[in-house]
Amino acid sequence: MELLSNLALGFQTVISLQNLLYCFLGALIGTLIGVLPGIGPVQTIAILLPTTFALPPVSALIMLAGIYYGAQYGGSTTSILVNVPGEASSVVTCLDGYQMALQGRAGAALTISALGSFFAGCFATVLLAVLAVPLSELAFKFGPAEYFSLMVFGLIGSIVFASGSPIKAIGMIVLGLLLGVVGTDITSGTQRFSFGIPELADGIGFVPLAMGLFGISEIIKSLERKEKREILKTKIFGFWLKKKDLKEVAPAVARGTLTGSFLGILPGGGGILSSFVSYMLEKKISRNPETFGKGNICGVASPESANNAGAQTSFIPLLTLGIPTNVVMAMMAGAMMIHGIQPGPRVISSNPELFWGVITSMWVGNLMLVILNLPLIGIWVKLLTVPYRVLYPAILLFCCIGIYSVNNNIFDIWLTAILGFLGYLFVKLECEPAPLILGFVLGPMMEENLRRGMLLSRGDPSIFITRPLSLAFLLMAFAMLVVIAVPAIRRKREEAFHEEEEKK
Amino acid sequence: MQIRNHKDFNAGLLFLFFGIASTVSSRSYSIGTAAKMGPGYFPFALGLMLVLLGLVISLRSLSKGREVRKKALIKVRPVFFVLSSVVLFGLLLLPFGLILSTILLILISSMASEEFKMRVAILNALVLLIIVLIIFVYFLQFQIPVLPAFLSGRT
Repeated sequence: MELLSNLALGFQTVISLQNLLYCFLGALIGTLIGVLPGIGPVQTIAILLPTTFALPPVSALIMLAGIYYGAQYGGSTTSILVNVPGEASSVVTCLDGYQMALQGRAGAALTISALGSFFAGCFATVLLAVLAVPLSELAFKFGPAEYFSLMVFGLIGSIVFASGSPIKAIGMIVLGLLLGVVGTDITSGTQRFSFGIPELADGIGFVPLAMGLFGISEIIKSLERKEKREILKTKIFGFWLKKKDLKEVAPAVARGTLTGSFLGILPGGGGILSSFVSYMLEKKISRNPETFGKGNICGVASPESANNAGAQTSFIPLLTLGIPTNVVMAMMAGAMMIHGIQPGPRVISSNPELFWGVITSMWVGNLMLVILNLPLIGIWVKLLTVPYRVLYPAILLFCCIGIYSVNNNIFDIWLTAILGFLGYLFVKLECEPAPLILGFVLGPMMEENLRRGMLLSRGDPSIFITRPLSLAFLLMAFAMLVVIAVPAIRRKREEAFHEEEEKK
Repeated sequence: MQIRNHKDFNAGLLFLFFGIASTVSSRSYSIGTAAKMGPGYFPFALGLMLVLLGLVISLRSLSKGREVRKKALIKVRPVFFVLSSVVLFGLLLLPFGLILSTILLILISSMASEEFKMRVAILNALVLLIIVLIIFVYFLQFQIPVLPAFLSGRT
């Protein structure tokens, strides 16, 4: 079995003392920032990117991946105990989780969300391992036309599930693509949009952009709101699930895992979308939907499994096709490129120990998390008493030191401040920054594939629709655009996101 | 004619601005042909798209059917203190070193919160300074100036 030998290679990589340590560190940091509202995996990965320079790429990616799925575990703790989502992907967990806590079943809610997440994590790891080889082989058949169309599909997909106005999201994508153009053109060597600033010759750095748009603007935004947190005072007990609960919950966990795994692979998918869809699904098929929102255990189990599954399967398109489908994956792509690895189908053959190491580390990390999470609940709860006004200067400080140390360059700090202000404007104008980051990461690749494709066809754009795979991607992208333009669906979509806004 | 959705209108203007700026400046690079694209081709095309999108978004916000959204309220205090603390950190880091710039960053950024208390901010600054020195300077050994230039003999 090739799969088994691949996984064995992965285990060999993970089991080294150093990688185990970074896996643990990633999972721990992930849980920590997952528990804390106001800081999420996106900002954390942005802050920690520079610190991973000194590490070998495998350890760096293992740690960063750990932060992402660790945050899915931690986020639920805050949702259940404080009724404030620690993470955007645990917004729906507040609905039933907090109600369960009020009824004295906080222990059961925490246990099921940890166990559900663990089951989902195991399933998603296997899925990732099974799909990786065939998908990356498929990707080798891609020419520039297919790649270009795939990226169009990915970018359009990212706006379907983003909240807010789709047309503004398209504008943000184009703006992101444009920002990606800044710097030296690889084909002709021309300096584009660098305004004679030598630091811009290599383009706008990924770290300043991510920190500006997600770190600094997020802090300013949070400061505009009054913080209110009420932590449940009662003692948490009853971690063991009753047999009856287990029976009720097992199918919900399975459903959540499947929904999440599927949605995670799609462009624009990931933890947030998965948890929403699985909650709605659970409510739809439940025999007594009126108990949802009043402490139904399935309302915790299913979305918590789904968000972890979705978080992990969103690695599939990145690792096999080289296409990041959500912001965290864009960060991972950035991290790989910083280490000189171009994400794409070649990674699996050129760096097999990295590829399989990262995949198996997810399983190991999930195991650590389920062991780590429950006994340490007490510490997490204490952590929640740290007020935001003490926390955000620390975030800001780590941001600044991190940015400087990427290139030992002061200019990057100023660039971050400018981009932070721009990011704040976007927030105020209700433009989602996530599509911009995706456009930024994909921009250079898109331009290159467009150029190569058109060169091959001698300037005939029909190459994009005469090649079947390319046509298929473009048709899917077009179909998605039509879908969001249909008024009925648009209203439904707005309602779903409206609920989310209210919970925040 | 009346602007109904101010947020959309202004977002459209912002896109329009970036679109015009990039179409105009990419004309100074060679555009090339579709088969042999020059460095100006892709940004020029993107700029045109952005102009178009900006116009649509802005004009749409004038139409009667749009929901009414007021202009966004910008609170000056968090914007000012957070951004200026970051800029100041950039200005001070090389000449005055990490210790001083860290303390100033924490103190100034803390003022962005409405619940600012000097005592808490100073304590926070000292604790974070120790953490930063241990993690970044001692363990990770970042190449970062710690002391002011005139004390450590750097130029």
